[in-house]
Amino acid sequence: MRRLPANFLLGAVLVSLVVGVAALSLIWTPHDPQTMSISTKFAPPSAEHWLGTDQLGRDVVAQLMAAARNSMTVALVAVLLGGSIGVALGLLASALGGWVEDGVMRLADLGFAFPALLFAIMLAAVFGPSLTNAVLAISFINIPIFARVTRASANQIWTRDYVAAARAAGRGRFAISRDHILPNIAAAIIVQATIEFAVAILAEAALSYLGLGAQPPASSWGRMLSEAQTLMYLAPQLAIYPGLCIVVAVLGFGLLGDGLRDITDPRLARAR
Amino acid sequence: MIELSNLSVHFGHAAALRDANLVIERGDRLGVVGESGSGKTLLALCLMGMAPDSARLTGQLSIDGQDMARAAERDWQRLRSRWVAMVFQEPMAALNPLRRVGDTVIEPMLLHDGLTRRAARDRALSLFEEVGIPDPDRRLRQFPHEMSGGQRQRVLIALALACNPMLLIADEPTTALDANVALRITDLLQRLAREREMALVFISHDLAAVARATEDIVVMYAGDMVERGRTAAVLGAPVHPYTKGLLGARPDVGVAGRNADGKRRRLPTIPGSVPPLQGLPEGCRFAGRCPVELPQCATQRPAFTQTEVARGAACHLLTEARHD
Amino acid sequence: MTDVPLLEVRNLTRHYKLPRQSLLRRAPVLTALEGAAFSLRAGETLGVVGESGSGKSTLARLIMAFERPDAGEVLFQGRDLHGLTAEELRKLRRGFQMVFQDPFGSLNPRRRIGWSIAEPLRANGETENITHRVAEALEQVGLHPADAGKYPHEFSGGQRQRIAIARAIITRPALLVADEAVSALDVSVQAQILNLLMDLQDDLGLGMVFISHDLAVVASICDRVLVLQHGKTLESGPAADVLRAPKHPYTKTLLKAAGVRP
Repeated sequence: MRRLPANFLLGAVLVSLVVGVAALSLIWTPHDPQTMSISTKFAPPSAEHWLGTDQLGRDVVAQLMAAARNSMTVALVAVLLGGSIGVALGLLASALGGWVEDGVMRLADLGFAFPALLFAIMLAAVFGPSLTNAVLAISFINIPIFARVTRASANQIWTRDYVAAARAAGRGRFAISRDHILPNIAAAIIVQATIEFAVAILAEAALSYLGLGAQPPASSWGRMLSEAQTLMYLAPQLAIYPGLCIVVAVLGFGLLGDGLRDITDPRLARAR
Repeated sequence: MIELSNLSVHFGHAAALRDANLVIERGDRLGVVGESGSGKTLLALCLMGMAPDSARLTGQLSIDGQDMARAAERDWQRLRSRWVAMVFQEPMAALNPLRRVGDTVIEPMLLHDGLTRRAARDRALSLFEEVGIPDPDRRLRQFPHEMSGGQRQRVLIALALACNPMLLIADEPTTALDANVALRITDLLQRLAREREMALVFISHDLAAVARATEDIVVMYAGDMVERGRTAAVLGAPVHPYTKGLLGARPDVGVAGRNADGKRRRLPTIPGSVPPLQGLPEGCRFAGRCPVELPQCATQRPAFTQTEVARGAACHLLTEARHD
Repeated sequence: MTDVPLLEVRNLTRHYKLPRQSLLRRAPVLTALEGAAFSLRAGETLGVVGESGSGKSTLARLIMAFERPDAGEVLFQGRDLHGLTAEELRKLRRGFQMVFQDPFGSLNPRRRIGWSIAEPLRANGETENITHRVAEALEQVGLHPADAGKYPHEFSGGQRQRIAIARAIITRPALLVADEAVSALDVSVQAQILNLLMDLQDDLGLGMVFISHDLAVVASICDRVLVLQHGKTLESGPAADVLRAPKHPYTKTLLKAAGVRP
């Protein structure tokens, strides 16, 4: 058994931590994250409030946990939605080739050229700011990324002899995509999904920070940051905690993705 | 010049190369033939001091009187390219795609011989001419992808010759090349060895190429040297059942595919396949596939029996015949 | 029926566009195959000899209808493959199958070999007796029916080539295209696979297009030979004639390279 790369191990530990906390928040948080108590605002860490309370007396740990859950949900939905559309488009482009492939790839270029934040602001302007619109915006930026990765990996598999054998057997392009192409590019897609998960967490935090994502009273690291901003001199810890959470989550998924890539494609790891 | 005595290479408990004995003198041209898993490439790597880290070497490997079987990498670095140099199977993979081939060839001369750039370039030019690269001045400035497979292999040969090695090891140098290019590379290697009085170890599964390039031959099977002798003698009148099988299995252009009655003529085969390293038979490693197996073959390892000067095989049939 | 050859190739030509070297000039064109023509009867083997870039793999891809020719026809049992609709072609495919060079690349590494061997059956919508027919095909190529549950990495190169052959014959095709099918194998295994192909040909009456760079291998299995270089047919004729008295100097070089004793 080969030794697992360090980035993979560290990433796995950080990701388990974040995902574990998010899962735990579904059944238990030390306090209700929304309950305000003006009498105990800005409480220092104590046995009652492990990391103290914020300007409205809400428990910081409970808020961070609830925010982790929201963040994970947003990232998961966004990556799954954007990823599946992107993968489907990439497979289609690779299977049909010709003008379909050209068309899909030019659309992907267009998607790349369009900043995600701008798109989210546009959605917010039209439909009003909401977490759903933030999810849609993040999904949208994922589509071209996955379409590209899928097409590139799929094109390689299409040149394999076993694909030629399947064609000789009389199988159609879609059946081949499903039975031969997809299973053999799954590793590359999973790697990409893990990395994009990190990007999605960051994007959600950024959108919420700008007020375009999670709306009160929903908890979000980004929103906690923006609320803490005005109190930077009074209570800097309120900005530091969500900031740290974002760092841990993004770093965790980023490292895990890199580690997975190193494991599934040792050639690439050496080249870097 | 180079002498192996009872050189074995173990991976864990399995011997991938077993009791190799070999003497290579200046100007010798030795062919090493065998199929995949025969240990022929491992033998080449041992001669270059490039056996994998997990390999355990026992026995003796002396180069120019020094025992190198357990030598450190630093000692090997001194020997490589001056004493031994190697030409690889895949010329594209052996050249850095981002460097001009001239720079690649010049580098070892600057490093080992302390030549000036100018002198090294002149030497590279004459080397390119020697290995038959037309328009060497222009070629020196080209990148590997701008050349054909045959040209790249010639560049690799020039690179191997850069520091005038005493021994050139060519590991499947023609396998990746087209037949007529392969033919010319084979002839080139043979000619270079003769002209430079350099020893050549030509490793290949291609009996035709080995027959053209070498004077002596060693036949390997599953890590054992099973037969050796003059190339013409061994290929003309093989003794070991494996060598016989190998020669028989090779189709002959002169034999038609159909018999007189119109039936397709089947090729003689060696049944089965080379056993994996962990599942080798205890006695003769060819046991189980051998058409003329004796009772002792399965349990007793046959000793190498010399039949003539520099000719022999490791087979119980030979000793059996003596007793009769 | 008897006068229609199993496979007839007429004036087959294929060009490839190469990447442009300049924006202003037209993309250069590579002629991969030009005017190839032959016909093949059931039970017969045609050897196509040539080196990389000779057009022999292009010929295989055109016969297999993986791509379309720029000119010429491929008539399989009298029907032009490139004039059929996609559905007609798909139905006809069970009649001609292919064996590839690389025994490590021609099987999907993530599928059990029983699945891969049965693929041509499933593609034709046949669902009956699949297990039985896979077992039968495995036995025909000298493997064990129980091997169907294993993955490709559990087999040696020669065994994988047997698996690839089992997949190619499971639809009982009339034509087999073998593209360098024994080139990646050790000499002793090569002979086993060549014999297997001959056995199958005798048993099933297969016509075969056998593509190889190795004249000795071609000599052992082929009735007729076609020599290609740079896409052009240099010579063709009965194997015995071409090998005994090659007309073209290039064929002579190939012969020289194939001989064990120079």
